[in-house]
Amino acid sequence: MSRKNSKETLYSVLILLPSIILVAIFVYGFIGNTIYSSMTDWKGMSATPVKNFIGLDNYKSLFTSFMNKGFRQDLVNTVFYTVFLLAGTLIVGLLLAILLDRPIKHEGIYRTIFLYPMSLSFIVSGTVWRWLLAPSGGLNAIPTWFGKNQGTFQWISSKKQIWSFNWQNVLQVLSVLVALLFVVFLISAIASQDKKGIKKNIIVIAALLVFAFLIEPLFPAGLSDEEMHGFNLATLGILFAGTWQYSGYAMALYLAGLRGLSGSIKESAKLDGANEFVYYWKIAIPNLKPITMSAVVIMAHISLKMFDLIYAMAGTDNEFTGHPSVRMYTTTFRANKLALGSAMAVILFLFAAMFIIPYMVHSHKERVQ
Amino acid sequence: MASTSKSRKTKHIIYYVVMILICMMYLVPMYMAFITSLKARADINLLTAWKFPTHPTAIGYQHAITKLAPYLRNSFVLTISGTVISAFVGAINGYIFSKNKFKGSELVFTLMLFGMFIPYQIILIPLFDTLRRLNMAGLNGLILAHVVYGIPIVTMLFRNFYDQIPNSILESGRIDGASYFTIFTKLILPLSVPSFVVVGIWQFTQIWNEFLWAICLTSQETNPITVGLSQLAGGQAVAWNDSMAGAIISAIPVLCIYIFLGKYFVQGLLAGSVKE
Repeated sequence: MSRKNSKETLYSVLILLPSIILVAIFVYGFIGNTIYSSMTDWKGMSATPVKNFIGLDNYKSLFTSFMNKGFRQDLVNTVFYTVFLLAGTLIVGLLLAILLDRPIKHEGIYRTIFLYPMSLSFIVSGTVWRWLLAPSGGLNAIPTWFGKNQGTFQWISSKKQIWSFNWQNVLQVLSVLVALLFVVFLISAIASQDKKGIKKNIIVIAALLVFAFLIEPLFPAGLSDEEMHGFNLATLGILFAGTWQYSGYAMALYLAGLRGLSGSIKESAKLDGANEFVYYWKIAIPNLKPITMSAVVIMAHISLKMFDLIYAMAGTDNEFTGHPSVRMYTTTFRANKLALGSAMAVILFLFAAMFIIPYMVHSHKERVQ
Repeated sequence: MASTSKSRKTKHIIYYVVMILICMMYLVPMYMAFITSLKARADINLLTAWKFPTHPTAIGYQHAITKLAPYLRNSFVLTISGTVISAFVGAINGYIFSKNKFKGSELVFTLMLFGMFIPYQIILIPLFDTLRRLNMAGLNGLILAHVVYGIPIVTMLFRNFYDQIPNSILESGRIDGASYFTIFTKLILPLSVPSFVVVGIWQFTQIWNEFLWAICLTSQETNPITVGLSQLAGGQAVAWNDSMAGAIISAIPVLCIYIFLGKYFVQGLLAGSVKE
């Protein structure tokens, strides 16, 4: 019996081997290769590439040189794209799911309508939304229905920027933002009377604030001049399109989750006198936490794929709607600065890894159990 | 009693009005694309943007089809070959990860899944370089990329499906003397038709809609439809009727799949997250 099993294990390994080798090379090998290239001065593809190791100079240039000012705005855009796309799709998706979570006629039709945008490519939806948001397109015509003048907002090329901050203070701004995040955790810890959690969160917040206001000012400025970055209003249209396209996905995830909560939970909540609002707020949403977690990972991943959508809606040379993925494309394939393009890719990858790695570790642990 | 049933009725009506309004908002882009695609270029202006054309014309579709035909052909070749190969790779991998676990197979599976979540920019330059060196620029290279980077998701989908097949079926096969491979071909594969549908739909939509590799790895003669559409609709002076017609044409294959096989499409969507 055991000899048979070891033979079968051998078969299994042999069959998996091609996949394992391909993934090892194309995923892990290539990631390593890109990381290495990002630390060289590689310019231009040739039969015998010239790559001299120059350490972290490319990264230094991306974060501090005047030439790469646009990349820093792209990074700021990425944060806003990710946060707003996450918030937009999850909130709209959850609301739609709650609306559908009852016996209604023709439920399938509603679901189909909410979800169909997701089957389209970003190029198709971007092409259509570009028309809707064009100066002569549909959205700017809406005010005329109410007897007003047509809208004049330049959806994709607006130069307006709000919430601007000076890049010289970027570390300070970041630590205050992270501190705010922990304030949210602190509030939830207080609400659930988790003493250990309260203590931990207070320590983290205090440390971040000490860093932001006492230690950070001691650092020499990375940039010699003031440089303002913020939320570009030109990205609003792209965020609309993205939310339109992916809120149905969040709806499908949440609806599956709501249906998975057993009917008896809902019944007993009703018997206890909980109205619908209380049921969803106190019982359903906390129970959907694992789904929210997957949805955050999936949506964060999609927001990093916005290359296609931005390309279709704004093109590659729009300085207001930029994203590191778009600049990585132009830097690499148009300007042939392969090393710099690699460095941008690595930064994008690290950003994604913040979401992926905790998720992967968590789901691996669950599978092994 | 009468008043509560009345208020329930009002509630009911408000609910359906809200639902229909939301549906209309989701359908607006589709409606606008459709009416604009039927207009002559000269008839497109802001004031009548929302109105159905007075003289519908198919000229936009004619232009779009002439320009997009070669790209459509490329996309069909690419998508069908990529989908078929991926599905079989996924089936056999899933069989092993679900029914023939060995020491360390969970770790291998997790390490494989990692490839699903990376932003593809991180592998783009070496991928481009490697395919160029292998003389595989063009459709073949693109198919290879889709198959290789599809391994994680298809493996996971099949594994999830096979996890639901009770082991007792396999055991009874073993007792009847079926070997490792006959269990797969005679017992597992016939049960896998629904999973092949789900995986097939998933990969078909992914590959059909993909743009980043398409634009980086292919050239003029081998560009798929997403690149074709972006060229038709790009630039400054856009013929909106042509580009809307083009958008609709490129969306038709995936929309058909979605409308007629929506159930399986949603299963694929959910399998990756909820069932895990």
